Amino acid sequence: MFKWFVKWFHRFGSPPYFYRLAGLWLPWLTGLFTILVVAGLYGGLVLAPTDYQQGESYRIIFVHVPAAWMSMFIYMVMASCGIIILVWRMKLAEVVLSCAAPIGASFTFLALVTGSLWGKPMWGTYWVWDARLTSELILLFLYLGIMGLYGAIDDKRVAGRAVAILAIVGMVNIPIIHYSVEWWNSLHQGPTVTKFDKPSIVWSMLWPLLTMALAFKVYFVISLFQRVRAELLHRERNTRWVEELVKS
Amino acid sequence: MKRLSLSQAFWFLLRRDLLLALRNRSELANPLLFFVLVITLFPLAVGAEPNLLSRIAPGIIWVAALLASMLSLDGIFRSDFEDGTLEQMLLSAHPVPILVLAKVTAHWLVTGLPLLLVAPLLAMMLGLDEDAYGILLLTILLGTPVLSLIGSIGVALTIGLRKGGIILSLLVLPLYVPVLIFSSSAIDVAASGLPATAQLSMMMAFLFLSLSLSPVATAAALKMSMS
Repeated sequence: MFKWFVKWFHRFGSPPYFYRLAGLWLPWLTGLFTILVVAGLYGGLVLAPTDYQQGESYRIIFVHVPAAWMSMFIYMVMASCGIIILVWRMKLAEVVLSCAAPIGASFTFLALVTGSLWGKPMWGTYWVWDARLTSELILLFLYLGIMGLYGAIDDKRVAGRAVAILAIVGMVNIPIIHYSVEWWNSLHQGPTVTKFDKPSIVWSMLWPLLTMALAFKVYFVISLFQRVRAELLHRERNTRWVEELVKS
Repeated sequence: MKRLSLSQAFWFLLRRDLLLALRNRSELANPLLFFVLVITLFPLAVGAEPNLLSRIAPGIIWVAALLASMLSLDGIFRSDFEDGTLEQMLLSAHPVPILVLAKVTAHWLVTGLPLLLVAPLLAMMLGLDEDAYGILLLTILLGTPVLSLIGSIGVALTIGLRKGGIILSLLVLPLYVPVLIFSSSAIDVAASGLPATAQLSMMMAFLFLSLSLSPVATAAALKMSMS
């Protein structure tokens, strides 16, 4: 079993194999994403009841909350890639790490924008220096730092290792930054879904939210696969498999 | 050839770096001068009302300390990188994180510690409450080494780049946030007459955490940059 896994792991890391596999998966993932996003949006925008306190404007959570979750999830993916890069020197992980950063930054930006659009009718202002907003903003800067560093180093193999170290350093720091900012000031509402006891959100609002979260995850994979495929072609442009691919 | 023990290597490197810094006295004063200058800009920009100034004094002092520390970061490895000493260091038999720690310590003694000397003077000029002077000095003593340690990771990552300066600030400033929050809040709390032990304990924790972890990351980044 373990031997089989190791073999698969090494094969999975080879660029031509991954390129083909991702190409096979993409149509299926796109179909799944379409179903999920339609169901989630219909459930969230039509079926879910109006909130007694926030009215209709609460419906932005069906985009805002999944985007905020993704912003953290993608950083975890990047840090895991960072560990793989430093331990196994895997080329594919370098490509995944560098391709995931812009997607993560976009999700973080989306979470910030939707949050401030929601904040205007609710809090009466687009921006408050509240703990979660601030730590999300700092997360955006961390993403931009990774993208900047990757872009600044010409040798992409070296750049891959540099961003791997940075991603791991950021990973150690994110909880520290998060809790220091939390302690500094808080006005944002407490967690409603990720509490240990029963979620304090009604089921008819919860299922569209979870569906949308899943849809966002699938979207991330689609977008990542496309970017990784393009980057692999660019990086391996002098190898035989790309040559054969272009000729066929 | 005589073999150096690890602690000998640490002290030799520390002494060498301090000696190099002392031979170059004009550069020694630069971070300090920058610190004073930035703080001077604030009253000119926000107005000289004593109440306002004394309320924002902890923040001003710490933001200025942050910037001064960040601008001097490049000096940790720059000259050694350019003349090849760094390569020799990485090839030596001693563990690189310890050597990195020696260099960062020397850098902090030269750029971070002098802030202690002028900080009370500037605090007085900004009208900070007198009860908070001790805490201000303590936060500088605990906080500036953390800045140097975290910053060394960023410098090591960007040392090979031609235009590393802007990238360096993008990498390092977000990581400085916790230090800024706790140090200025400690001074704030002390100025209003309350005990600041919680904040100081957190800063102590940051110091030990970065002292143990950041040299490892810096060493890895240096090896990457030299490859």
